[in-house]
Amino acid sequence: MQSVLEIDHMSIDFDTGRAPVHVLRDISLTVPAGEIVGIVGESGSGKSTLALAIMRLLSGNARVTAGRIIFDDKDILKLTEDAMREIRGRRIAMVFQDPMTSLNPVRSIGRQMLDIQRHGADGNTASKRSKAAAVLKRVGIPDADQQLDNYAFQFSGGMRQRIAIAMGMIEKPEILIADEVTTALDVTLEAQILHLLRELRDEIGCAILFISHNLGAVAELCDRVLVLYAGEVVEQGPITDIFYRPQHPYSRALIACDPARISEVTRDLPVIAGEVPNLAAIPRGCIFSPRCTLASDLCHREAPAMFEVGNGHFARCHFAEAVAPR
Amino acid sequence: MSLLSVQNLRVRYSIAGPVKAAIAGLHNRFVDAVIDVSLEIEPGSTLAIVGESGSGKTTLARAVIGLTPFTGGNILFDGKNPFALGPHPNRAYHRDVAMMFQDPVSSLSPRRTVKSLITEPFVIHGLRDRDLGAEAHRLLSLVGLPSDFAGRYPHQLSGGQARRVGVARAISLNPKLIIADEPTAGLDVSVQGEILNLLGRLQAKLGLSFMIITHNLAVVRHVSDRTAIMYMGRIVEEGPTQALFRTPRHPYAAALIAAQPNPDPARRRSGPVLTGEVTSLRNRPSGCEFNPRCDQAREICRISVPNAEKSATGQNVRCHNPLW
Repeated sequence: MQSVLEIDHMSIDFDTGRAPVHVLRDISLTVPAGEIVGIVGESGSGKSTLALAIMRLLSGNARVTAGRIIFDDKDILKLTEDAMREIRGRRIAMVFQDPMTSLNPVRSIGRQMLDIQRHGADGNTASKRSKAAAVLKRVGIPDADQQLDNYAFQFSGGMRQRIAIAMGMIEKPEILIADEVTTALDVTLEAQILHLLRELRDEIGCAILFISHNLGAVAELCDRVLVLYAGEVVEQGPITDIFYRPQHPYSRALIACDPARISEVTRDLPVIAGEVPNLAAIPRGCIFSPRCTLASDLCHREAPAMFEVGNGHFARCHFAEAVAPR
Repeated sequence: MSLLSVQNLRVRYSIAGPVKAAIAGLHNRFVDAVIDVSLEIEPGSTLAIVGESGSGKTTLARAVIGLTPFTGGNILFDGKNPFALGPHPNRAYHRDVAMMFQDPVSSLSPRRTVKSLITEPFVIHGLRDRDLGAEAHRLLSLVGLPSDFAGRYPHQLSGGQARRVGVARAISLNPKLIIADEPTAGLDVSVQGEILNLLGRLQAKLGLSFMIITHNLAVVRHVSDRTAIMYMGRIVEEGPTQALFRTPRHPYAAALIAAQPNPDPARRRSGPVLTGEVTSLRNRPSGCEFNPRCDQAREICRISVPNAEKSATGQNVRCHNPLW
């Protein structure tokens, strides 16, 4: 299958004045064309940093210390800022968690949608406006023509997120990065937005990187899943493999903790004991070993490689096969 | 006897003065954030209040604890009316009912140590004879934090630890009822379980009652004895949690439960269960508030507000045309 984006052994540090923080380490990821790839992990696992690296929007103290991000046969990390502007928002678009802060509060929705189309060579303002109205209508904004002159604060949270998605989709990107786009929404709206994303993928054929900590939303939408823990990919594979045959103890624990997965009512909910390691001083051995119930001497001593445990299914665990025999 | 009994509570906000309303041509210069809410909490039990943003859950909680004045109805605690002398409840009520606020980090003063934060209630209530150091130690051990946390400041705490400090503060004066507003919002699932387990242990140990405000249905199913579902300020269905989840009677309750995404890729849905959005409180629909989005709606639903009716399973539902 053809891939639209390939991340190859990428590592990112943040300089802090004291020791650098190793936020992402040795990340490799392939996004097949037109597929929805879920990126799952808890706070601080590096999900958003990964997204911002692809968009080349990392803050000034971030340094890519290794690796490449290949898009259209070129390394995004080496592009000039001008070349990146041709890609950002047009060929790779991003929708953020909070539509109130990601939309410009003092520019009308219509103006912002014209801004996005600025580089589009063909068409005058009127045709760009009608294209904007058509996309708004597509994502479910009633009276789209009139709404173009309204501002972000005049819309409800769900409508704002639809507008942000319309802005991401207007140039028919090859990749849409959706960073926690349903987190701020209520469940009934979340279901509507997930459905909308799937429809848009089917229509435009773009790949979607769906970043979320909500396993339910990921199970609902994604084709493949990548599990991040403390800046490392601990497991990745097809959605059914991750949910039914997780091979890494962290993935297993994460899925087990979701109260929506627990059918028997209980007052004793499962937890993952311990805390996320300090990323300024990465411990030796497997990154999850201090919290892992299965950890052996080997795990504390030596970091495991990524093992292929199934067709397109990889896990970074010394005991991948033994943990859950296929 | 119920520990807490709320009867026909109404919280009304003014959205414009009379002059502005006349100029802007508003028909109604008030909105009802909570309307005609009645509920009971039994000693030692947990009631969950569930609803989407703007449904009035937090306003209800604030009214019950006396932070927001209510404009109609009654609140009885242990059979007595703590609001008998006006909008501010008496001091004993503030000892008996404690609140855990939604965002623990911003609800803890950044300039005070954990010890000072969790023992502040003793100072406020004039219990100066207590040994605050010993109390801090006792409270920290109750919530599972090491006693050297007493000297820390809020910014030195993780999200889960800050939440534990919030719990310690809430239980400091041995309350009978704790109102917890979104006790696990913003926490990772691995930590969420720890906080909920802690609340469960404290309930068993201290005989506490809880009113938990949340939008997270997956959590509610495990921790609450009874559940009330709010829509536009009204409780549309209330009942024993297991019965309500198994067989919801109100179409909105059913839609809300079905909308919860399932962490199982084999159980994907073909489309959203509920379309449209919540109507603005400024334009409260006539009759049943849910009728514009309800596929069961009939003529009567647009005309009159349904009364709450009780089923054999103990579910109180406000619907002219319930699902069963």
